[in-house]
Amino acid sequence: MARHVVASVGEIAPGTCKAVTVAGRDIGVFNVNGEHYALINRCPHEGAALCTGLITGRFTSERPGDYRLTHVGEMLRCPWHGWEFDIKTGESWCHPESVKARTYPVTIVPGQALAKGPFVAETVPVTIEQDYVVVEL
Amino acid sequence: MNVAVTDRQPDTATQSKLGFVDCDVHPYTKSPADLDPFLSQRWRDLRASTGARSRGPFANAPNYPRMSPGVGMRMDAWPEDGGHPGSNLKMMREQLLDAFDVAYGMMMPLLGRGGDERNVEFGAALCTAANDWQAQVWCDAEPRLKASVQVTAEYPEAAVKEIEKRAGDRRFAQVMIPPRGLEPLGRRRYWPVLEAAAANGFPIALHLGGTSGHPSTGGGWPSFYHEEHPSYPQSKEALVTSLVIEGVFERIPNLKIALVEGGFAWLPSLTWRLDKQYKRLHAEVPHLKRLPSEYIRDNIWVTTQPIEEPERPADLLATCEWIGWDRIMFSTDYPHWDQDDPRYAFKVPVPEKEKQMIFRDNAMAFYGLG
Repeated sequence: MARHVVASVGEIAPGTCKAVTVAGRDIGVFNVNGEHYALINRCPHEGAALCTGLITGRFTSERPGDYRLTHVGEMLRCPWHGWEFDIKTGESWCHPESVKARTYPVTIVPGQALAKGPFVAETVPVTIEQDYVVVEL
Repeated sequence: MNVAVTDRQPDTATQSKLGFVDCDVHPYTKSPADLDPFLSQRWRDLRASTGARSRGPFANAPNYPRMSPGVGMRMDAWPEDGGHPGSNLKMMREQLLDAFDVAYGMMMPLLGRGGDERNVEFGAALCTAANDWQAQVWCDAEPRLKASVQVTAEYPEAAVKEIEKRAGDRRFAQVMIPPRGLEPLGRRRYWPVLEAAAANGFPIALHLGGTSGHPSTGGGWPSFYHEEHPSYPQSKEALVTSLVIEGVFERIPNLKIALVEGGFAWLPSLTWRLDKQYKRLHAEVPHLKRLPSEYIRDNIWVTTQPIEEPERPADLLATCEWIGWDRIMFSTDYPHWDQDDPRYAFKVPVPEKEKQMIFRDNAMAFYGLG
């Protein structure tokens, strides 16, 4: 398992996503309210690029007429058929136990630590003053 | 439980580079003004001053909210030039035609809405404009795309003229009629249009949509899009029943009908029910000489999207068997939000021979392509 530098901290604004290709895999790196998460950029239903979907929340209702919006900014809606995924866990709303978008561990690493390695940083120039988003796979 | 795509290999004829025929592709204008060059001054003026007036409740909005912006478009299909999804040929090639080695794409334009127009003369002019636009803007630039002759069935004289005008032009592959009309399509008032299509060698595509002014379900207007979407099969069932029971296929035996954007799993149960009742009620409709199932088997084809996803995926194979593998044609519905990807639409492996029929051979034969 290698650690790949995919972005600098601050590069991905909260509520947005950066699509990257790491070791031949298409991955979406998301900033959810300041925390970073990584998901495979491919819907488990029909294969759409999840990164082009809508970042949204979760609507719930105890009964007709009662609606609540929770998990704002934490749900990802597929750009095609609207399947929804929890960005933090990859779980699908429709079948949380069995249908998931694969997740990858993300850590924030200071540039100084990156200088010691081993990290792969083909596309992101690294300086010691900055912090970086690192995906493991 | 459906199998996640990440766990299995794509299932499509394109794997063996056969190319497939997509029976439902939607081209759009970059702006409504793109149709102006194909309209006379009279209709340009009316369009600018009054605009189109469909029979539906709203002039410039769909009856129901759609899943995503642009009246339900794939969110990743908006071109960088700022145009509407489906308006940029380069992007259509990248996302569909080249991506999947499409041999032919059957265009189903949903613009102009001439077939829904209350002013039928204006409607006929809009249909003609949409036809010229398809032929000149799309087919001439991309010969893999085939046009559909738009007509307004509420003005049969103009519709027949338009069909005859396009006959022999290989850019046009079929006639397209909005299936939600003022009356069920099998009624005699529509026969001249149906006859003209058959006489000129055109199949008829009945692509879901259109606003007749009638509620979209037999039970009245739904509240939610989640209710509206499953009304597509209801609309198709009404069409098939009307065409069969009115005796259209007895009158026009060589008429070929493609049902587009209604899925297909509902067809066997409707067919069984029609046959069952025919045994009891045939005296009411003595003009029918054969079982309803026989007319359906001979005259009706279905396209796949929006494909059913049964709990046990393999049940879909039995459904195809009941309909007849030679009557099913693949369609994506690009660039709409509920489109199907040819690699993953079937959640069960389709045997190689049948796959080739659904993805290519049936449509090639139906449209006389190749």
